[in-house]
Amino acid sequence: MPMFPPHDDPGSNFPDLLRRTGLKQPAVSGHGPDDLPHATTCVAVRYVDGVVMAGDRRATAGNLISHRTMEKVVEADRHSGVAIAGAAGPAMEMVRLFQLQLEHYEKVEGSALSLEGKANQLSMMVRGNLQAAFAGMGVVPIFAGYDLRRRLGRLWAYDITGGRYEEREYVATGSGSLHAGTVIKVGYTEQLDRQGVLKLVARSLWEAADADSATGGPDALRGIYPVVATITADGFDQVTDTELATTFATVAEDVRVR
Amino acid sequence: MNMPFYVAPEQVMKDRADYARKGIARGRALVGIRYADGIAIVAENASATLRKINEIYDRIAFAGVGRYNEFDQLRVAGVRAADLKGFQYSRDDVDARSLANLYSQHLGQVFTHEMKPMEVEILVAEVGHSTDGDQMFHVLYDGTVFDEQDYSVLGGDADTITERVRSGFSDDLDLGAAVRLGTASLSGPDRTLSPTDLEVALLVRTNGRRCFRRLDDDALGALASSPTEPTEPTEPTEPTEPTEPTKDTG
Repeated sequence: MPMFPPHDDPGSNFPDLLRRTGLKQPAVSGHGPDDLPHATTCVAVRYVDGVVMAGDRRATAGNLISHRTMEKVVEADRHSGVAIAGAAGPAMEMVRLFQLQLEHYEKVEGSALSLEGKANQLSMMVRGNLQAAFAGMGVVPIFAGYDLRRRLGRLWAYDITGGRYEEREYVATGSGSLHAGTVIKVGYTEQLDRQGVLKLVARSLWEAADADSATGGPDALRGIYPVVATITADGFDQVTDTELATTFATVAEDVRVR
Repeated sequence: MNMPFYVAPEQVMKDRADYARKGIARGRALVGIRYADGIAIVAENASATLRKINEIYDRIAFAGVGRYNEFDQLRVAGVRAADLKGFQYSRDDVDARSLANLYSQHLGQVFTHEMKPMEVEILVAEVGHSTDGDQMFHVLYDGTVFDEQDYSVLGGDADTITERVRSGFSDDLDLGAAVRLGTASLSGPDRTLSPTDLEVALLVRTNGRRCFRRLDDDALGALASSPTEPTEPTEPTEPTEPTEPTKDTG
């Protein structure tokens, strides 16, 4: 039973608990191989009800597609989500640890962290990965959620050193972020509703996939669509593939008449 | 020169057990009851912030009676053990039985080796994917574990309350009936407990990944006012076990 004396208690800090119990993996050192799987484009956009997050499904290793169904947008807890770009292995591990840390905190303390507290926690994890980042295995996440105290959607961009920047309108990360970000920048208004914002993020991922070889587009043949989720006062809700199929069909129609 | 007195080990153990039992009997009781969709835990607790019932893991809840600081320390250790195990292996590998064994080891160790035994009794409940999988482990201050099937009663006056639950329990209780049975069993025929006197939490089989859910005062009020079940408890004449006079003060 993991018991600690009161003066030496790790509190609600799960990574610290891992370190104390000897379960923490050693940090990566030296330069990693160049063809590790990498995950690519993710975006988050604010709209009237909260935020929407979206990410394509492709992971690439060098010039090869290593995975077609990767889920880069994941539920962090009930009212927040995290999207990742970067080296897939460390990124997935970071997300798993982040999810666990939020749940661990909530159970130990009896109440959930504030949204800002969660963003800060993720910042420290990205910072902790800095050494691996210099070895070519950087992780650059987006964090977004619904702030229950302020009653609005909020989103944060990160850099590889753990720098945390709150944005007002949208964030894009990954190799296709330039294209995706530009599409959102042009189409963004403050009055975007759910349908409007879904169409906007679908179009942004479409254009990113069109211009960036490491970003996957919607794959109607295999039935693989980007992961899109809304986060509102009601919580994290992943948009169904059926709805995405319709959304991408209208995007395809718009592209055709262009 | 003073020579230490010889005290028989039986006497030492008995004194420790008496001490722990006395501390536990001073606190208010709680009951865990299996119902159709999971497990309901009903505790008498006037505080809305200092909890007796808490979430440990996806399908596991923890409830404690006795000294708050002691069972809360055990609760946090349980959350840590469960989260560590889930991280190291898989979420499916975390189960109530191994957790109850950990608690049992720890309480047994403290009981025999520390200055003072812990004045707590705890309940580790796990809701299964079907009714067969529901488990309740009742761990005593000295590490004794009971594997209980349908209901479990912890705290002061446990035998009287157990008798009340036993007489009202049936295999197919719905949520409302289970909560009302728990409330009536805790209060007895001579008093009534209002939602503010109670803390109720559930492990709901169909609640998604995290099965733990609290019922707030409004939800409790609504359940209490729905048509009453035949939960009229039969009073047992004499409590059989408690060696200590049980005061209902805690």
